[in-house]
Amino acid sequence: MAKPKLALYWAASCGGCEIAVLDIQEKILDVAAAFDIVFWPVALDFKYDDVRKMADKSVDLCLFNGSIRNSENAEIAHLLRAKSKILVAFGSCALEGGIPGLSNLTTKEATLRWVYKESPSTVVQNGGVIPQTHTKMPEGETEIPELWDTVKALDQVIDVDYYIPGCPPQPNQIWSVIEYVLSGKPLPPAGSVLGAGTKTCCEECSRHRKEKKIKKFYRPFEIETDPNECLLDQGIVCMGPATRDGCGALCPKANVPCRGCYGPPPNVTDQGAKMVSALCSVIDAHEPEEIEKILDQIADPMGTFYRFSLAHSILRRVEKS
Amino acid sequence: MVTVNIDGTRIEVIEDTTILKAAEKAGIWIPTMCHCEYFEPYGVCRLCSVEVVRGRRSRIVTACNYPVRAGLTINTNSDRVKWIRKVIMELMLSRWPNVKVVKDMADKLGIEKPRFVSLERDEATDACILCGMCVNMCSDVVHANVLGFANTGIQREVVLAFHERSDQCIVCGACVSVCPTGHIKMVVEDYKGKKPEFTLGPKSAISVPSLQAVPRVPVIDTNSCIHFKTGGCEICSSVCEPNAINYDMKDEVVELDVGQILVATGYDIFDASVMAQYGYGALDNVYSSLEFEMMLNSTGPTGGKVLMKNGKEPRSVAILHCIGSRDTNHHPYCSRVCCMYALKFAHLVHDRTDAAIYQFYIDMRAFGKGYEEFYTRLLDEGITMIRGKAAEVVEGTWSDSHERSLMVRCEDTLIGRFREIPVDMVILCNAIESRKDSDIVKRLFSLSKSPDGFFLERHPKLDPTSTTTDGVYIAGCAQGPKDIPDTVAQASSAAARMLSLISKGEVEIDPIRAMVQDEYCSGCRICNNLCPYSAIEFLEDKKISHVNEALCKGCGTCVAACPSSAMTGQGFTDKQILAEIEGLMV
Amino acid sequence: MSFEPKIIGFLCNWCSYTGADLAGVSRIKSAPNVRIVRTMCSGRVDPAFILKAFQLGADGVVVMGCHLGDCHYQEGNYKTIRRIPFLKRLVKDFGIDPRRLRLEWVSASEGDRFAEVVNEMTEEIRQLGPLKLYVHNERKNGQPAKAEVH
Repeated sequence: MAKPKLALYWAASCGGCEIAVLDIQEKILDVAAAFDIVFWPVALDFKYDDVRKMADKSVDLCLFNGSIRNSENAEIAHLLRAKSKILVAFGSCALEGGIPGLSNLTTKEATLRWVYKESPSTVVQNGGVIPQTHTKMPEGETEIPELWDTVKALDQVIDVDYYIPGCPPQPNQIWSVIEYVLSGKPLPPAGSVLGAGTKTCCEECSRHRKEKKIKKFYRPFEIETDPNECLLDQGIVCMGPATRDGCGALCPKANVPCRGCYGPPPNVTDQGAKMVSALCSVIDAHEPEEIEKILDQIADPMGTFYRFSLAHSILRRVEKS
Repeated sequence: MVTVNIDGTRIEVIEDTTILKAAEKAGIWIPTMCHCEYFEPYGVCRLCSVEVVRGRRSRIVTACNYPVRAGLTINTNSDRVKWIRKVIMELMLSRWPNVKVVKDMADKLGIEKPRFVSLERDEATDACILCGMCVNMCSDVVHANVLGFANTGIQREVVLAFHERSDQCIVCGACVSVCPTGHIKMVVEDYKGKKPEFTLGPKSAISVPSLQAVPRVPVIDTNSCIHFKTGGCEICSSVCEPNAINYDMKDEVVELDVGQILVATGYDIFDASVMAQYGYGALDNVYSSLEFEMMLNSTGPTGGKVLMKNGKEPRSVAILHCIGSRDTNHHPYCSRVCCMYALKFAHLVHDRTDAAIYQFYIDMRAFGKGYEEFYTRLLDEGITMIRGKAAEVVEGTWSDSHERSLMVRCEDTLIGRFREIPVDMVILCNAIESRKDSDIVKRLFSLSKSPDGFFLERHPKLDPTSTTTDGVYIAGCAQGPKDIPDTVAQASSAAARMLSLISKGEVEIDPIRAMVQDEYCSGCRICNNLCPYSAIEFLEDKKISHVNEALCKGCGTCVAACPSSAMTGQGFTDKQILAEIEGLMV
Repeated sequence: MSFEPKIIGFLCNWCSYTGADLAGVSRIKSAPNVRIVRTMCSGRVDPAFILKAFQLGADGVVVMGCHLGDCHYQEGNYKTIRRIPFLKRLVKDFGIDPRRLRLEWVSASEGDRFAEVVNEMTEEIRQLGPLKLYVHNERKNGQPAKAEVH
């Protein structure tokens, strides 16, 4: 019997997800033994044409990481969708836009202008050339993918069968999913989130929680926190209560508030809005002025509450003014 | 017990009783001018001088403070006693020839003109006669020790220490009440604003709180009672035979566990002094409806007689409807009961006096059973009905004489004329308004108010006695102006509702409740502090939160706050509300 | 034809919804632009509902509750006054004029106030013009909320 075929792809991502796959350590050998890896640009030399030539639905499992932010990402997403039996949105970017999704706070033009002209580290040459999709050269015309104005999550572009959250997904969770697929057990219903729990980060956090009443918000560098007490109780904005469990509460264990990479728990559509609602509810103030003063202490609301989920939130992007 | 002989009458009294008391028991009058039973005999007026005979010796003593011994013979009317009294009385009369109590006593003792030259240094009819009752009252009874005597001889006078105003004076008025000549007066300084004709509250520190109170038990107002200020007085307990007065009782806050509450907090009447045109509080003989009701009461200040401030019966009475109600400047609503009690007032005034009665009305609203008939009867009694709201009440003169009286100005809309009607008394039909503390009561029971300020019923037609808070009912004027039959009907209905629940033994609650889906709750404890009913508990063993459904009222605050959406609000789930929004945006 | 704003109103059951009812019973004229969602308490209004309303094409959202201190549930509206001001900052960050989100206290007795708030807000949104959001185009292009639930 032929080995099942595995494809891995990265769209707009940092590559951390790929490393996370390798982080399953020696088990990668089991993966290599069990699967026939047919596409993995980051590790092996495949061409897009190789994929194009494959028969539809010939790839048994495709792990797709990264968000969709240019025409190339979208093209390959559609291509892999056609060729794969099971396509998994792998990691926060594929799942909900992730960190690249934060560029939805601004526009494509502003992003390019900043990167190629305005950022302090940029050395402007030739009057600051902004990349063009088509450039005429003596040898002919070159074409590079078009950067999109709005970053999208994978399922906003193609149909996705399963989701594995995390920035990056934890190696043990990756292995458990692969192991499950290899075991040949009946697969969970389409659309399921794999490699994660149904509760929140708090479930795995060993810190002691009290009834919440917040009088002042701190940024992590502003106070010395008690390692045994809930960070939120201590006034640090921790996304844990509105974030799906599965990571093992790694950040709070390292005295860092949860950043929300595992995405919203089941039933929650908008992680940011939900966290705002929860957080505002427990502010211990009754006077509007006092409330405003406390709200002022929450730094960078968009970057805090929508760090990973902006592109997949209810409003998806900031309206260009 | 000892036996004494007073003017030939043998009488048995307790030893050490004063002669004055013994004589009183024997029915023999001895004149006094400085005696008062509330304090120790002072013996300063000497008018009670009597002759005490023991064996062959006789001597003159003051009856008020001389204790009886066995075998005493006392003459209160011997020639010697009469001569001494005459001298004393003549001396008093020559010093205070104009003082009424002195003249009266002299009349009583048959003295017309003193033989002594009158000093005539004090012509006042209410001059101080130095009886010392005020001084004794202040020191012995009130324990305030503010008043005292100064100087001697004809310079003697009652003074405040150093002639200065005293901080020790508690302004109890005991000296005023005991002064026989009226020399001491109560003066209210800086008294601005209205002067109430009657006070509906208690008139002394100990009183029955309301005229028809059941049981009729008096209470002490500790804020005005002398005893609670100085520790003195205790007159009430000294005269209370069953010794029922207990100064040590304290206000008690009694906590009761109840399942249902009927809010029947009633109403306040509109303060007519804000409508200066009607002269309430500024002009004499302008009364509010409740004050007049008080006057009509047979146990009220006038014993039920309709009297003006000068004690005379009014020759005509005006009753002004709709003061503060049906008035967009004050209360736009109709107070409902005024038309009918105005007719009742008219009827009673007609019954008790010969006064002419005028009613100034906007519309007559005789809406109830038998009310229209009563109205017709009143018309037959000769009441003058003037359609037109009275414009103002001013001071005027009575008809063509120059006697001062009141005058009501109005437009009589039936004849289309402006009229000025002289009257002696004006009764205002004040609007019924919600109580001043209704906002506090409202918050206490989580009630709502309608725009008129009265408590809001759950439904104006289908549920007029219950409120938006389960188990809390409203009745009477707390819900809106209404008369006694309507109040009784509403209260009975509320009582029946409450009883039916009591007999049923269980209550049905709305199914709108919050619920934790255990499989999604991680025990972040965001919700724990949000519930005002403490319905959310944290299960330490499972490390999740739990909603006690019996305590939950279903507001959904915790549902909105739950960051993992583990909390759902049955009846108002996220899904339902989102679907509703989606439906609305089609 | 002039622009008729669509406004979603979240009204608490005890005060504002009754107040709106009173406005109706009293025949007080008010703009028909506010489409009402009844909740038991203004504290039930999840910020996500408000964002959702904007996403679905509402030009404005108004949350109405009992006056502070008058909450039927004692202090539900105190949660609302903490959430809505922050949400106003957030919608501003999303590029939505914060005037499009309002928090108003309307008691059961304030039918006239309800009408006043509705009329005033309708007029203000009319001045602001229709709300245009990226997600509106997405919906038109046939990529609706599929992506919103995992």
